[in-house]
Amino acid sequence: MTKKTSQAASKRAKTKTAGGAKKSTASSLSRDEKIKLYRDMVRIRRFEERSLHAYQQGKIGGFLHLYIGQEAIAVATASLMKENDHIITAYRDHGQALSVGMTMNECMAELYGKFTGCSKGKGGSMHFFAPEKRYWGGHGIVGGQTPLGAGIAFALKYKKVEGCCLCLLGDGAVNQGAYHESLNLAALWNLPVIYVIENNRYSMGTSQKRSSAGAPLARRAEGYDMEWEVIDGSSVYEIRDKLAPFMDRAREEQIPAVVEIQTYRYRGHSVADANHEKYRSKKEIENYKKNHDPIMLFQRTLQKEGILKEAAIEEIDREAKKEAADSAKFADESPLPPEEEIFTDVYWEVDHKTGRNHGRLFFND
Amino acid sequence: MPQLTYRKALNEAFAEEIERDENVVLIGEEIAEYNGAYKVTEGLHARFGDRRVMDTPISEAGFCGLGIGASMLGIRPVIELMFWSFSYVAFDQLFNNAATVRYMSGGLLNVPIVVRGPANGGTNVGATHSHTPENFAAYTPGLKVVCPATAYDAKGLMKTAIRDNDPVFVMENTLLYGQKWEVPEEEYLIPLGKADVKREGSDVSLIAHGRCAITCLEAAEKLKEEHDIDAEVLDLRSIRPLDQDAILETVRKTNRAVLVEENKPFCGTAAQIAALIQEHAFDHLDAPVKRVSALDAPQIYSKPLEDEMIPNVRRIIKAVQEIT
Repeated sequence: MTKKTSQAASKRAKTKTAGGAKKSTASSLSRDEKIKLYRDMVRIRRFEERSLHAYQQGKIGGFLHLYIGQEAIAVATASLMKENDHIITAYRDHGQALSVGMTMNECMAELYGKFTGCSKGKGGSMHFFAPEKRYWGGHGIVGGQTPLGAGIAFALKYKKVEGCCLCLLGDGAVNQGAYHESLNLAALWNLPVIYVIENNRYSMGTSQKRSSAGAPLARRAEGYDMEWEVIDGSSVYEIRDKLAPFMDRAREEQIPAVVEIQTYRYRGHSVADANHEKYRSKKEIENYKKNHDPIMLFQRTLQKEGILKEAAIEEIDREAKKEAADSAKFADESPLPPEEEIFTDVYWEVDHKTGRNHGRLFFND
Repeated sequence: MPQLTYRKALNEAFAEEIERDENVVLIGEEIAEYNGAYKVTEGLHARFGDRRVMDTPISEAGFCGLGIGASMLGIRPVIELMFWSFSYVAFDQLFNNAATVRYMSGGLLNVPIVVRGPANGGTNVGATHSHTPENFAAYTPGLKVVCPATAYDAKGLMKTAIRDNDPVFVMENTLLYGQKWEVPEEEYLIPLGKADVKREGSDVSLIAHGRCAITCLEAAEKLKEEHDIDAEVLDLRSIRPLDQDAILETVRKTNRAVLVEENKPFCGTAAQIAALIQEHAFDHLDAPVKRVSALDAPQIYSKPLEDEMIPNVRRIIKAVQEIT
C-alpha cells in the first residue's frame, strides 16, 4: 500500500490550505436547502425534547442520550453526503437518523420499544439503522463503531465505488484502542473514511482535561500521518465548508482524515445523568445556550440573508413540535413486537429459511 | 482418493471460494507475503494478489471490526486469527458487533464473515496462546461455531462457512494441520449442524469435537483391543448449530456417554451437552454422563504436564471404565 511521504508538520498547513481554498459551500446552497438545514435542526431538537418528556412519563426505558446542542453537526454532515457516501455513529444517534431521512415515527416508536420502530423494538435508542439510507447505526459501545467505519470505507474501495464514509465518535472515544487501530488501518490502506469527533467536552462526567492527554484531540492524527482539522460546531456553514474538502479528497484520492468538531450538549450524558450540573457549572451551560446555540445562530444568519422571516420561524417550530407530538402518539398506539419476534433477526439463514443449517441454533427447552 | 493435510484442505477451500466469489477476501496477520504463520494460506497471495489476500498489522480489534464493517456492505471477509487466543483483544468487535448488529437492526443487516484460526492447547506455549473459546462463542446467540476434526471436514465445512450469511467462527487445531486424510478432488460441501459418526460402536458413546474426536478414535481402538469395549465416536463438527438429534441417537443406542472436550469443565461445551442428554434421554441412560475436559487451571507450560491437562487416551479410557 502507498505510504504518504510528506512530513507531519506540513499536514496542518496542507489541510488549512485545502480547507480554505474552496469557496464557502453556503454559496452553493439554494434557499430551500438552507431552510431544510434549519428545519432539520429544529426537528431534531423538538424530537429530543418530546422523547425526554416520554422518558419522564415512563413511556421510554433504557438509556436516552440526547443530542440537544449538537444539531448542526448532524444536519451539516448529512447534507454533504453524496449518493455513494455512508455514515455511522455512536449511541447519541437520533440526530443523524433524522438528518439522513429516517422518520420521527419510526425513531420514536423504537424508543418506545414498539414493533413499528426502525429496529422493530429490538435495538432501542442507541441502535438506529437505515442501511438503505447508507446509515449504519447507532452503536452502543464507546469507540466500537470506529473499525466498522474503516470497514465500510474498505468495502467502497474494494468495489471501486467513488464514495466515502463519515465515522462519527465522541470525544471520550478517542482513548479507546479500537479507534487508534482504525486510524492506523485507514492511513495504512488509504481508506476513504473521515473520523468526525463530536467533541462536546465531556466523556460522560469527565471533562476533556481530565480524560485526554494532548489537545486538540484531532492532532493525534499526525501520529498516523493523517490530515486533521478543528471545526466550530455551532456554525452549519463552517462545518460544511471545512468538512467538504476532506470528503472530496476521500472520494477522489482515498485519503482518510480526522476532524474534530467542537460542540456542547445541554443535557446530561444520558437522561439518567443526575450530575450534569455538578461536573460543569450552570454558568457554562447557560453561556453555550445564550451565545453558541447552533439553531439560534443559524436562524440569525438566515434572517440576515433575508431567507427566514419571523412567521416562517414560528411555522417551522410549530410543525416540528406537532411532528414530534404526532410521533409520540404513533409510538404510543403502536403494537409491541409479537413474542415470536424474540427469535427472528438473530440468524440470516434462519430468517430466510435457507435450510443450509442443520441442527439446533436455539436452546430454549 | 488423494490424501491431503488439514492445512492443504483449508488452503484449497480458500482458493476455490476466492475463485467462485469476487467478494471473498482473506485478511490476517502474516497470511500473504509470509504465507501464513502456520502456512495455511501458503501460495494464495502469489496466486490471487494483494486485493484478495491481505496482510494486516497486529491489530485484531481493528481488522476484525474492519471485516465486520465491510461485510455489512456485502464483502465476505475470511479473517485469520493467528491463534483464537488473540480474539480476546477483539472481543468487543466479535462478540458485540458481529453477533448482535443484525438483531439490533431488526434484521436490516447481516454479517457474512468467517473468523478462523487455531484454538487448541497441547503445544507447549503457555496459557495465553492455548485458549479454546468455542464455548464463549457458542454461548452467544448470533454466532455460529465450527470445529473440524479432519482434513475432509475442514474443507467441506470451511466452504459452507464462507457461503453462510451469518458470522461463522471456525476453530482449527495446530496439531492437526500436518495430518493427512482422504479428500476428494471433486467439490463438496458439508452443512453446518450435521454431526458425523466417525466410528460405530454399541457399548458407549464418545462425543467430541475438533481434535478430541481424533483422540476419541484412538481411545476407541484401544478400548476394543485391550478391554473389549466397543465405543461409538460421534464428532459434533459444529457446536452451534448443534446436531442434537445425532447426540440423542447415539446415547439411545449405547446408553452411556462420555463427553470429551478441550474446554475447561466449568461452563464448557460438554456441560451444555450433558444437560441436553439428561433432559432428553434420561430414561435411556444406564450410567451418569461423564466428561473428560481440560483440567481446570490455566494451561500449564511444562509439556508432560500439559499432555495430562488436555484430554488424552488414558483419561478417556479411565472415564469409560468408570461407567461400563
